[in-house]
Amino acid sequence: MKSLSLMTGNAAAAWGARLARVDYIPAYPITPQTEIIETLSSWIRNGEMDAKLVQLESEHSMLTAAGAASSTGARVFTATSSQGLLYGMEMLYNITGWRTPLVLVNVSRALAAPITLEPDHNDVLAARDSGFLQLHAENCQEIVDMILLSYRLAEDRKVMLPAIVNLDGFYLSFTRERVALPDMKKVAEFLPEYNGSNPFRASRPVAKASSVLSSNLYSYFRYQMHISSLNALSLLGRISGEFESLFGRSYGPVEEFMTDDADYVLVMTNSFSTIGKQAVVRMRSRGVRAGLLRIRMLRPFPADAIASVLAGKRAVAVFDQNIAPGSGGIIYPEIVSSLYHLKNRPEDVFPVIGGLGGKQITMGEMEMIFEMMHKGHWSAEGPHSPLYLMRNDEIESVKKNLQIAGQVVRQ
Amino acid sequence: MMSDEAYRTVKDLPTEEFMVPGNPLCAGCGGLLAVRLFHKALGGKVVWVNAAGCMTMLSVYPYSPLQSSWLYTAFASAPAGAQGIRDALDLLMKKGKISPDEDLKVVVVTGDGAAYDIGLQSTLGAVQRNLDFYYLCYDNEAYGNTGFQMSSATPYGSSSATTEPTGSFPEGNTGHKKDLFEVWKSQKPAYLATISAARTVDFLQKVEKSMKISGPKLFISPVGCPTGWGYDPQDTIRIEKLGIETGMWPLKEYIDGKVKHTYVPRALKPVEQYLETQSRYRHLFKPARNEDALAIIQEDINRYWAEASKAEGFEIRLIGT
Ligand SMILES: Cc1ncc(C[n+]2csc(CCOP(=O)(O)OP(=O)(O)O)c2C)c(N)n1
Ligand code: SF4
Ligand SMILES: [Mg+2]
Repeated sequence: MKSLSLMTGNAAAAWGARLARVDYIPAYPITPQTEIIETLSSWIRNGEMDAKLVQLESEHSMLTAAGAASSTGARVFTATSSQGLLYGMEMLYNITGWRTPLVLVNVSRALAAPITLEPDHNDVLAARDSGFLQLHAENCQEIVDMILLSYRLAEDRKVMLPAIVNLDGFYLSFTRERVALPDMKKVAEFLPEYNGSNPFRASRPVAKASSVLSSNLYSYFRYQMHISSLNALSLLGRISGEFESLFGRSYGPVEEFMTDDADYVLVMTNSFSTIGKQAVVRMRSRGVRAGLLRIRMLRPFPADAIASVLAGKRAVAVFDQNIAPGSGGIIYPEIVSSLYHLKNRPEDVFPVIGGLGGKQITMGEMEMIFEMMHKGHWSAEGPHSPLYLMRNDEIESVKKNLQIAGQVVRQ
Repeated sequence: MMSDEAYRTVKDLPTEEFMVPGNPLCAGCGGLLAVRLFHKALGGKVVWVNAAGCMTMLSVYPYSPLQSSWLYTAFASAPAGAQGIRDALDLLMKKGKISPDEDLKVVVVTGDGAAYDIGLQSTLGAVQRNLDFYYLCYDNEAYGNTGFQMSSATPYGSSSATTEPTGSFPEGNTGHKKDLFEVWKSQKPAYLATISAARTVDFLQKVEKSMKISGPKLFISPVGCPTGWGYDPQDTIRIEKLGIETGMWPLKEYIDGKVKHTYVPRALKPVEQYLETQSRYRHLFKPARNEDALAIIQEDINRYWAEASKAEGFEIRLIGT
């Protein structure tokens, strides 16, 4: 029996934590994530969920408490966005080193300054190299499922690393979609109780996170973390298979949308992929063999899966909803480096940057990207210079605002 | 009270050791002594939650001198680490997943830099949430581990790596020590005390008393630091005693809304006797005496004890009165 419910992305995240039977939720408010902790708090206070939620005084403390509780053997869930993720950055790196398999939901929101509310992925990508596993969701169903999958992956003794499940603020956090909530009993079968490794107990003293003064040891632990992260990639197939047999949905590290016979493939992540997929369908109706590759798992990075989909394609465009000032998109070089060793690598890999601060993308723009790949015409600066999406009407609105600001200053 | 009965003389010091010899800290480290005594009073079922500082060097992989558990957190958030461990132990016991025999005392141990500066927010958060934990701040009055730079615990007149005495700044540190006792007290913790290994019985009695109380139990221990302060390691206890007898280091406790000094010298010794023992204060004496600075330091101490004696009604002979 599947129960279908209409719920927001934030509610789906809260349901993921509830279904995972988490013990402990250290929390701190930030838009657009707050609804998650409000929902969990309400469930706990009304006796619908057997967990403890503690509101800390900062995300830095929140993540410290999260890691410490996980080290003590509790199953831990937490959530943040944007400034909060960066405020806790030091602890992201610490708690991966502590090897604490907790799950953190990041609701993407662009970073200050200037301070804003709508999403892009500079926040979650700032945590790219922290050692957290990263799963990025396109829709509300994936949010619930990815949280459950994340706990299985994270808690596997071959992995023992925390995971981030990312969802876009506003576009997903506040969008209602149909979600099939997995049955609690079946979830318990899929995700058994958490048994911590060497938790703090009176009968068995243990020193954790000790300092290391030997660079040999330091290198060893860092390599070990890298290998453990890669283990999550090889485990995903089996774990996702189990998930499918129980719930009927399966998740690879990438999603292939009409890529099989495609000549032109757009690479995307997160909720804007939905628009990309619509553009693919339109291009197909016009006879252009378009496809879309969506990266679900960003860490560990599924380089082989990406290479096998993109090998032999005529052209690829990588859509980065982020910007690394002075370089370009953050995901673009990762895609290129996963293709370079291929004999039949795509001749052109085009960078696109858009959607910053949640700036909307029209179907027209998506189609234009495919047209440009199709015609082999890229931006005037050359094929490896990013296409920065900004429509004329958007430029006009910026001009108007600049004018107003100028007038205010002159008064 | 039973606590007063458990420790009457130094002979009552528990013989059981929870910290075995051998660690990379400096010889004569007063902080280490405070941690060791604290552990004796608490017993073995302890998890230490540490912030960056000299004590971080206690557990260097693959060694630990402690017979108890240890978690190094970060510089700013050890009390939040204590929150996570305490909450996890409580909820796992409540859910019947672990037996109460597995419970641990959760003890934060940090230096003054963490306690007075970067970790203050995290501490006040834990106290406000009435977390049942211990906090031992060993106060060597500077950022010791990074080479003895000024912290907000550094006293007026002290030199440090960032408050070098010069022609323009003859007294060294121009700022005054933050009153962490009062800051912590403002949140009405269950128990709060200053302790010194140089007055062992007072130290042990206070820890013992706090163990019967649930909630935040906070301790500040001024500790000698031969490396940063500039004195012979064998003199740690002698200097700590002088700190107490000159009134630099009041020993007191706060419980049930009241502050009480637990040791009152009958007559204060002149603070110079304490300052002279350490090279961090040498510039106040050589090449010429800095009378103004010395007077400021002595007046601060006199004022403190005059106020305390009035508030609590005890007698004390101040300097120059
Ligand atoms: C966020 C952060 N900032 C700075 C440091 C550098 N640091 C490490 S230990 C330390 C000094 C700690 O001073 P204190 O708390 O007084 O302890 P002590 O070294 O004196 O024992 C500093 C500044 C750090 N580890 N983390
Ligand atoms: S520098 Fe001071 S506090 Fe640090 S280990 Fe040495 S003596 Fe102890
Ligand atoms: Mg210090």
